[in-house]
Amino acid sequence: MTIQLTHFSAAFVFALFASVVFGITHRETTRDMIRYGLYCFAMFLGGVLVAGWAMWLVRR
Amino acid sequence: MANSTQLKTKPATEPVQSNSMMAVVAPAVGWLIPGAGHIIQKRWIRGVLLLVSIGSLFALGLMMQGHIYKANGGDILDILGFIGDLGAGGMYIVTLAMNGGQGAIAFAIADYGTKFMIVAGLLNFIAIADAYHIAIGKKS
Repeated sequence: MTIQLTHFSAAFVFALFASVVFGITHRETTRDMIRYGLYCFAMFLGGVLVAGWAMWLVRR
Repeated sequence: MANSTQLKTKPATEPVQSNSMMAVVAPAVGWLIPGAGHIIQKRWIRGVLLLVSIGSLFALGLMMQGHIYKANGGDILDILGFIGDLGAGGMYIVTLAMNGGQGAIAFAIADYGTKFMIVAGLLNFIAIADAYHIAIGKKS
């Protein structure tokens, strides 16, 4: 079975699963885990978008 | 007097032995099955979330026709890839046994898949360290 993901969807699932693991392993309380997981997810996806637009600008 | 000293010290040694046993078992089980190190310490939700996250990342990598690195890579980047893949433990062993992940990295998605599997292994190393910290009482 094979799967074809776009660049963005691959980045999305990567960010989702990595953020869950980072949240669980890097914080003590449940509340902090959720907050840190959401922060990591936003940083991952934000980084993808910023890098994407930066490359678009460089290409111009 | 001697008896009272023994009575005081005996219960104190048992949890230490139990902790040291768990400090060995939890990382080992967590390496074989991601999240199992947390599950055997009754951190059910954390364990299941780790299992689903790391397992999905590795499975997606395989489905994207990612490449699995072997021990005899030779090239330094292959060795680093092998170390990352090895972190996935049981999933890595099963994949090798089933002769999976052997294709050449011919297109971009397969390269993403290769990285997915390496990162799944590296994330499992972090989960193993977390299970160890719970076992020794450094984390709740």
